[in-house]
Amino acid sequence: MEAINLPIKDFQTALLQIDRIKAAEMFKSIYLKAESFEPLEHLIMESLERIGVGWEEGQLSLSQVYMSGVICEELIENHKPKCESSYKKNPKIAIAVLQDHHALGKRIVYSVLKAGGYDLVDFGQGLSVEKIVEKTIEAELDILLISTLMLPSALKVKTVVESLRKNGSSVKIVAGGAPFRLDSSLWQKVNADADGKNGAHVIQIIEKFVEEGR
Amino acid sequence: MNSMERVMTALSYKEPDRVPIFLNLTITGAKELEMSIKDYFSSADNVVKGQLLMKNKYSNDMVTAFLYSAAEIEAWGGEVIFYEDGPPNSGEPFIKKIEDIFKMEIPNINNIAGLLKGLEIIKKLKKIVNEDTPIIGAVTAPFSLPVMQMGFEKYLELIYFRKDEFNQLMKINEEFCVAWANAQLEAGATAISYANPLASPTIVERDTYISTGFEVARKTIARIRGPVATNLASGIALPVMMDLIKTGTKAVAVSVKDNIDEAKRIANKKVAMIGNLDAIDMVNWDKEKTRKEVKELIKKAAPGGGFILSDNHGEIPWQVTENVLLEIAETVKEYGTYPIQVDE
Repeated sequence: MEAINLPIKDFQTALLQIDRIKAAEMFKSIYLKAESFEPLEHLIMESLERIGVGWEEGQLSLSQVYMSGVICEELIENHKPKCESSYKKNPKIAIAVLQDHHALGKRIVYSVLKAGGYDLVDFGQGLSVEKIVEKTIEAELDILLISTLMLPSALKVKTVVESLRKNGSSVKIVAGGAPFRLDSSLWQKVNADADGKNGAHVIQIIEKFVEEGR
Repeated sequence: MNSMERVMTALSYKEPDRVPIFLNLTITGAKELEMSIKDYFSSADNVVKGQLLMKNKYSNDMVTAFLYSAAEIEAWGGEVIFYEDGPPNSGEPFIKKIEDIFKMEIPNINNIAGLLKGLEIIKKLKKIVNEDTPIIGAVTAPFSLPVMQMGFEKYLELIYFRKDEFNQLMKINEEFCVAWANAQLEAGATAISYANPLASPTIVERDTYISTGFEVARKTIARIRGPVATNLASGIALPVMMDLIKTGTKAVAVSVKDNIDEAKRIANKKVAMIGNLDAIDMVNWDKEKTRKEVKELIKKAAPGGGFILSDNHGEIPWQVTENVLLEIAETVKEYGTYPIQVDE
């Protein structure tokens, strides 16, 4: 099935209306016609990207972004056994919430990345700088995604970066969350390698890192 | 004019002597008194002293008894985590299973030390400022409190798929919110800041808000025996401005991401506007930038009254410098004197 024929708009509407049943029906129907996972991945990533942009532009809500990601993650999980076995992609990635126990942003990015075929580790939330550094070094990560909610936590990303570099880690660090959305240059001030505006944007960043690493 | 006269005149869409300033200074009080945030909040006297000091130093037109949002979570038995350089935050959500909602009991305000401290602060402030300065109390809206009670992810499941549990949680949260707001008003608060970030389309889309949180807000605000100002904690207000007005709120805090001209047009004489300096970006401001931002805002929002100059978040970050806060006050005095005359 050509990408151009995919019902992206209808699928996106089903996601935004939190209509799990309709989204699943469309997903299954495309899979049966295409007998391949590729168009499904394209459908999901294109839809989630448009939804992410819609949120950035103030057209859509954070709840819709989250629920869309969860529905897509469920669809991928449910259909994976029927699809190509070599679906997983390569870099070692983990995601963590620094200090805060509010985990929605982390969950959104986690869902979108899982839906996009990435196998990432969830370090959890409410983590101290020391804990994140310890886990990152132990896991020998390629990419660390740090989610924050409050400004003091966002500023602490700088300490995470410094500590990792002191320990000889060259892990790429992507910082995200409300403070980074409100101050678009904050990621540079805390010496992160990039800012993750939304899940789909994080995938683009990861793809760029992977390309640069080749 | 004293602060009360200035604020009341502005709220009634008339022009006072100058634009009223509401700097939401909470944790900054600890910095002013040179103590840790935890120590500062441990005593009502510290907060009273801090509020009065900051009112005079920064020409603030209000004092607030708001400590930190997570204080309400303490009342429900939840955990609060203190930080050296930021507001205390709620710890792990205490509702572990959705089914537990039916076993929850409404906290009795008279048995909660943290809330009693809030009432003590209001009473002590009232004795000193009397009717000269508005004392602002604060509640978290029943529709937004569950983010701290059970975590956002579980709560979204309730909003979208579990109507019975959602209604039950709203019922008990509404009772608590009304009791807490009215206790603050009885203690001497002039008005209540109603923090409802989930009413913003930044967080929950309007259609869902209308079928869930809107009615909760309308019912709750109707039972609060004093004026209420709705604060969306940086979230955009414009697409739901008319809905917010219908909840009975007397003022709306607009976001830095809202178009202030459009917000003023819609709000016109129906609701007062509070805002909308960027509290996060304020960390990076110098004197020049502060003057530019404040001047621009006054020029757009102040003519005709109905406007209180404030940050858009509901709390000035710890990292904002004293010089920026002083410059805000100076610029308001210089350019915010009515009739407004801000040059191009």
